[in-house]
Amino acid sequence: MTEWVIEAENLTRRFGAFTAVDAINLKVAAGEIFGFLGANGAGKTTAMRIFCGLLEPSSGRATVAGFDAMTQSEQIKQRIGYMSQKFSLYGKLTVKQNIRFFAGIYGLSRREVKQKTGEIVERLGLTTAADTLVDELPLGWKQRISFAVATVHQPKVVFLDEPTGGVDPIVRRQFWDMIFEASSRGVTVFVTTHYMDEAEYCDRVSIMVDGAVAAMGKPAELCAEYGVASVEEVFVALARKATRHGD
Amino acid sequence: MATEAPLAVARGVSGLSMFAAFVLKEAKHVLRDRRSLLILLGLPIVMMTLFGFALSNEVKNTNFVVLDRAPDASTLGLTGRISESNYFTFAGRVQSEAEINDRFRRGDARLAVVFPADFEHDLRHLGHAQIRLVADASDPNTASTVSNYAAAIVAQYQAELAEGSVGPGAIAVETRMLYNPQLKSSYMFVPGVMTLILMLLGAMMTSVSIVREKERGTMEVLLVSPMNPLILIIGKAVPYLVLCLIDVLIILLLSYGLLDLPGGANLPLLIAESLLFILTTLTLGLVISNLVQQQQTAMFVSLVGLLMPSLVFSGFMFPIENMPLPLRVISHLVPTRWFYLIASNVMIKHLGFAAVIQPTLILAGMTLVLLFIAWRTFKQRL
Repeated sequence: MTEWVIEAENLTRRFGAFTAVDAINLKVAAGEIFGFLGANGAGKTTAMRIFCGLLEPSSGRATVAGFDAMTQSEQIKQRIGYMSQKFSLYGKLTVKQNIRFFAGIYGLSRREVKQKTGEIVERLGLTTAADTLVDELPLGWKQRISFAVATVHQPKVVFLDEPTGGVDPIVRRQFWDMIFEASSRGVTVFVTTHYMDEAEYCDRVSIMVDGAVAAMGKPAELCAEYGVASVEEVFVALARKATRHGD
Repeated sequence: MATEAPLAVARGVSGLSMFAAFVLKEAKHVLRDRRSLLILLGLPIVMMTLFGFALSNEVKNTNFVVLDRAPDASTLGLTGRISESNYFTFAGRVQSEAEINDRFRRGDARLAVVFPADFEHDLRHLGHAQIRLVADASDPNTASTVSNYAAAIVAQYQAELAEGSVGPGAIAVETRMLYNPQLKSSYMFVPGVMTLILMLLGAMMTSVSIVREKERGTMEVLLVSPMNPLILIIGKAVPYLVLCLIDVLIILLLSYGLLDLPGGANLPLLIAESLLFILTTLTLGLVISNLVQQQQTAMFVSLVGLLMPSLVFSGFMFPIENMPLPLRVISHLVPTRWFYLIASNVMIKHLGFAAVIQPTLILAGMTLVLLFIAWRTFKQRL
């Protein structure tokens, strides 16, 4: 039987009169790479923040790793990793210090912190830059370090909010290699993106329009259903119907 | 679920190491940020030096001129006496009232001593004589200080002349300034400067450092982590608490080493009270950081919103008793007022704990209220 790691049932979030997330339903299986697509302002980040326990849903239900997002956010926090849209390492700390800090606040023991730090630095090929301030590194490196930090405590799920903004295709591809590697270790990856070539890398995608899920399925299936060649064309066809406009 | 048990065990042990990781990170940030560190440690030194030396409201070496139409033994004696004092420097003779005006306008004298032509004659034969002190009152405080000093020198000279011949009814006024006998203003500023520095640094540094995390997006990541938000709050406060205590020590060293503040104050009490006040300002910084989203705003609120009322209502610059009732009422809500009271009582008057119980309790109460507000406004979910 499939183990569902993320489930949303009629999940809704309103800000005053504005419904950012409108009764969405979705299920993500363990180890899956799930692409959470949608135009700016479609409600992706809001939905993701509910899953991470940063926002409370107005109605409906969300469970992550088997725990209720409304009432059991503490249990969820121990089992998820999160990489925010804003670049979120400490620029004034070195690469090593950042890894050690995040490993520390995720509750790893001192021995584990040390071991993990060495491991990550080596895996990312950062041995020479380990003592460099993060501010001095190129964006692509920062993103890969952020990802490594978000998975340092071996979470069940990792949430990535537009992790590859602003870098070139080669660097994005390197980032995705890290995602594939994590997925092969059984980590569920829930990722939002603007890049439609990245959508093709996902096991399944959902496309949000105006706060609701307009389409969901394997990239190939969606293309077949809409009679087009790429997820991008599906996206454009759906996004045209949108009445809400992003910032 | 099989993974339940190890995680639960790990959690209890790791609270402390999370805290250690956080404080370590915060300390590295503080130490690496040279500019803030310079402000944190340089500000007390600069302010103490400024207030202690440059901004002293003591009057020293004031230039004075003499208009003496018939110089004689008495007028020369008195002129000599005034120029001998530390307060005055003889800046020449003038020939007319107009010339006094002229010298004042040029700014090279602030006081003129005018002897009438028959000064010696009146003094010897009538037993009393008049002199006139003319002061440049474009700065009224200095003018009154200067003329008081000059009058005192004249009175002393007169008393010496009349040695032993004080008749019935003569009242000799002897003024004693308690706690600050030489009317030295340099160390009078110490409690006030200390109050302001702690208020400013405590509130501003904490609020800015928390808001910086919000602005950079690291706050989100911290809130998604299993770390208890209480660790975040205490972890933020600890490094600044230490730095503020270092500032207190710097201020004390400068006061006793450089400004000759008379010893005898209960230092452990003073440091304990400072600790309490630092806690008050840190919690205030916490409240500010919960209410604003940008570093700029946090800095502005701390500077304008806190520094101004702290300066006005502490009683350090303007006496609270002279304020209209509504302002006096407001002053009770300003924490600096109470700490200034404590600090000056302990440092200058050398009073013990019994004398400062009331302001201490008020300050402690304020801290608890602020802590409660901070807790209620802290948004764990963004």
